[in-house]
Amino acid sequence: MPDAVETIPIRLKVNGKSHSLTVEPRLLLVELLREHLDLTGTHVGCDTTYCGACTVLINGAAVKSCTVFAVQADGAEILTVEGLETDGQLHPIQRAFAECYGLQCGYCTPGLMLATHQLLARNKRPDEKAIRKAIAGNTCRCTGYQNIIKAIQAAARNMDGVQQRSSV
Amino acid sequence: MYPRAFHYHRAGSLKEAVAMLSQLGGEAKLLAGGQSLIPLMKLRFANPGHLIDLNFISGTSFIKEEDGRLRFGAMTRHAEIEDSSAAKKIPILHDCAAGIADVQVRNRGTIGGSLAEADPSGDWATVLMTLHTELHCLGNQGERTVPIEEFIKDAYTTALAHDELVREITVRKPSPNSGGAYLAFKRCAPVYPTASAAVQLTMEGETCREARIVLGCVGLTPIRAKQAESALRGAAVNEKSVSAAVEAARTASDPQPDMRGSAEYKHTLVGALVKRAIDVARRRALGEKVELSHIYA
Ligand SMILES: Cc1cc2nc3c(=O)[nH]c(=O)nc-3n(C[C@H](O)[C@H](O)[C@H](O)COP(=O)(O)OP(=O)(O)OC[C@H]3O[C@@H](n4cnc5c(N)ncnc54)[C@H](O)[C@@H]3O)c2cc1C
Ligand code: FES
Ligand code: FES
Repeated sequence: MPDAVETIPIRLKVNGKSHSLTVEPRLLLVELLREHLDLTGTHVGCDTTYCGACTVLINGAAVKSCTVFAVQADGAEILTVEGLETDGQLHPIQRAFAECYGLQCGYCTPGLMLATHQLLARNKRPDEKAIRKAIAGNTCRCTGYQNIIKAIQAAARNMDGVQQRSSV
Repeated sequence: MYPRAFHYHRAGSLKEAVAMLSQLGGEAKLLAGGQSLIPLMKLRFANPGHLIDLNFISGTSFIKEEDGRLRFGAMTRHAEIEDSSAAKKIPILHDCAAGIADVQVRNRGTIGGSLAEADPSGDWATVLMTLHTELHCLGNQGERTVPIEEFIKDAYTTALAHDELVREITVRKPSPNSGGAYLAFKRCAPVYPTASAAVQLTMEGETCREARIVLGCVGLTPIRAKQAESALRGAAVNEKSVSAAVEAARTASDPQPDMRGSAEYKHTLVGALVKRAIDVARRRALGEKVELSHIYA
């Protein structure tokens, strides 16, 4: 066991903002976000890589942040639920979850919205099968998933529509 | 949950990682996707004093088609293989990559880490044993090539020396009249399968010329069901030969009872999976496009 506590300097971007920090190697990314950067929207559910409540994006890819060391995010761009809205405007994924009752207690919701974010970035109009596959790593104890799927379909329609309008 | 404190080292090359392993000794471990190692460290089942991070080494994640083979860098993520059009040409590889856990785990977990972990429930070793697969391992003395059958020694035990790592995995492309399928039964996505079956058949019309049948999660290592292969080899693939193969596969399985099911249950389950996998492998060998996904409880 190391005698003195070893710390490692890292730099990363979280929701567009740059941070330089020194961290203990065993610090988990989720704890960096919650305890060091005060971004408590990323939740800890199981802490055993199962539930997906801690899902964030690292360079666009969804990961369970309870199973990544903060030192591994050195140089990366992280997106958390706090980074979804812009200028006080909810992101279309957030609006769709609210409008379709895609949540009840809300504990799973940040993770589900980030998993949705990766899905819709790569597949603009996913069918139900693709949606279910994309959120298979996110457990929700309340909703029964039906409204979550509706929310993701609504978000896909809204985002695709906006892009088509703006590209005309 | 926090792992025990450890020293963190960032390797600049695979050679440097090997040198670090020999220099740091038994307390050192490599960190690839971390999707097996970090959970174990958090539960303090694994307590390495040093971690050597492979994630910042460039050129270790790739999929290349060359001389009738596919080459995979050890750090290639399951998700990259799932999305790869080259890997889709060997459908059993796509079945495997797309069925591992969930999106988040597939984005991190690597093929090299999965093979090095040799988890008895891991998917890659089971699938790669149906194909001609070699692991290129880098050590202090240089590189050696180990066939997958010799690489997996026992549960969580491989042929790797302490200061040796997997650099690359190569898979020979099966002939055009060969087809494979990998099917697992899972309670849900983010868990290992309860049982699985990997089948690769080479067909000449309705006759099976060559067969490979490997069973997953029903033994300490993947089990090659040689009697089941013999039941199909040289025979027409019909109800009679398939039932003989299924019976032989069930006999070859040696499942342990655990929270996923009793030994008897897995014994029955693996037979059903072999039957379905044979059907899809046969159809794919005959040129049919068949989409396959695991069965979820
Ligand atoms: C919730 C969950 C569900 C899962 N479900 C499945 C499943 O259904 N099927 C399945 O197959 N897997 C499953 N996994 C495991 C996953 O596939 C892991 O990614 C994989 O087993 C290990 O790969 P890794 O890259 O994460 O390795 P790590 O966890 O980083 O390392 C694993 C071990 O291999 C060693 N190692 C890593 N890379 C190398 C190398 N190149 N050379 C030598 N040694 C090396 C490490 O030192 C360590 O001992 C699951 C994991 C989780 C968390
Ligand atoms: S808290 Fe990370 S997966 Fe549950
Ligand atoms: S809304 Fe409560 S867990 Fe999903």
